[in-house]
Amino acid sequence: MTAAARLSDSRSLDWSGAVFDILTELDVRQVAIVPDAGHSRLIRLCEDDPQKRVVTLTTEEEGVALLAGAWLGGEKGVLLLQSSGVGNCINMLSLPQICQLPLLMLVTMRGDWGEFNPWQVPMGQGTQAALESIGVIVRRADGDYLVAPTVIGAANLAFNTCRAVAVLIGQSVLGAKNFKELARP
Amino acid sequence: MISQSGGLLHRRAVVAELLRDRGDLLVIAGLGAPNWDVTAAGDHPNNFPLWGAMGSAAMIGLGLALAQRKRRVLVITGDGEMLMGLGSLPTIAVQKPDNLTLCVLDNERFGETGMQKTHTAHGIDLAGIAKAAGFPVSLLVRKPNEVTKLRDLAHSGAGPIFAQVKIDPEALPFVLPPAEGGILKNRFRASVLGGEALYN
Repeated sequence: MTAAARLSDSRSLDWSGAVFDILTELDVRQVAIVPDAGHSRLIRLCEDDPQKRVVTLTTEEEGVALLAGAWLGGEKGVLLLQSSGVGNCINMLSLPQICQLPLLMLVTMRGDWGEFNPWQVPMGQGTQAALESIGVIVRRADGDYLVAPTVIGAANLAFNTCRAVAVLIGQSVLGAKNFKELARP
Repeated sequence: MISQSGGLLHRRAVVAELLRDRGDLLVIAGLGAPNWDVTAAGDHPNNFPLWGAMGSAAMIGLGLALAQRKRRVLVITGDGEMLMGLGSLPTIAVQKPDNLTLCVLDNERFGETGMQKTHTAHGIDLAGIAKAAGFPVSLLVRKPNEVTKLRDLAHSGAGPIFAQVKIDPEALPFVLPPAEGGILKNRFRASVLGGEALYN
């Protein structure tokens, strides 16, 4: 086992469960997703909750529009995506901006910490700047103990002040993959 | 009777028929001419007319339909706007919202930008795409009596329903709703959820 894998294994804090509890307490009903490995446990928890509707998207900007409709109809939602999907959302983020609609985005980072895949780096490094360029408030959580408090603050900010807020969950929290190891004979 | 010229339906007449006796129908209007058409039929707090966010109309309709299961939701948009959000068709079909109708006013043109031809002008079959994407009801509408049937389906049929309505590529005077997003949001939420929604 590599040092990075041991570090990843040693992570025991259940941030996914804590975030699920936060979403439940806020009465979040629509969970829009383009899957990421880092979100897989949270997605499973949401799928198992009959009070939440998980909507799998073909591309992330669909989720921005979905959750605009949800708020117009009186429901709260959350958009789960990875950093590469942030770039797909940019023009659609005009919608929550101009209509003052709350939007909570939980973004799992790639191209950030220990990345092995060079193709993830451009969008990963551009994620925060891209979000801020269209007016989304960005908060980072780079330790597992920071995820739940950062999500609570972001969710309250989003839903109480009708703003788009993104939490970037660092790759150091999620553990970096290395496909090259998996490809070894 | 919905007027027709050269065999093509007139868009304003189509929309007026779809919204006849609208009751508590909720309407999302896609950007450009469909927004002006819906507004020409009567500006209404239960309309959410878009001035941008191209490709969003169908998905806003889905989020609204899931949140308001007891209300009927009708999305009226254009062929260019729908083409930009084609991925939303399978996304909606998987969710099976029985209270949602998508109506595409298909003039085969990007109307706001100089009437350039869209893909449908080259024979691309939007209704066929919606059918293949999993919509149990997908209609191609060309005649006035078919518009009336679509109106009844949108108000009380089992959804999700998709309809591609072939219309005249006519340029009509703009009829504009409020442009400010906050006004559109707040009047819609107050109408749908009650005045207390303004205190959230």
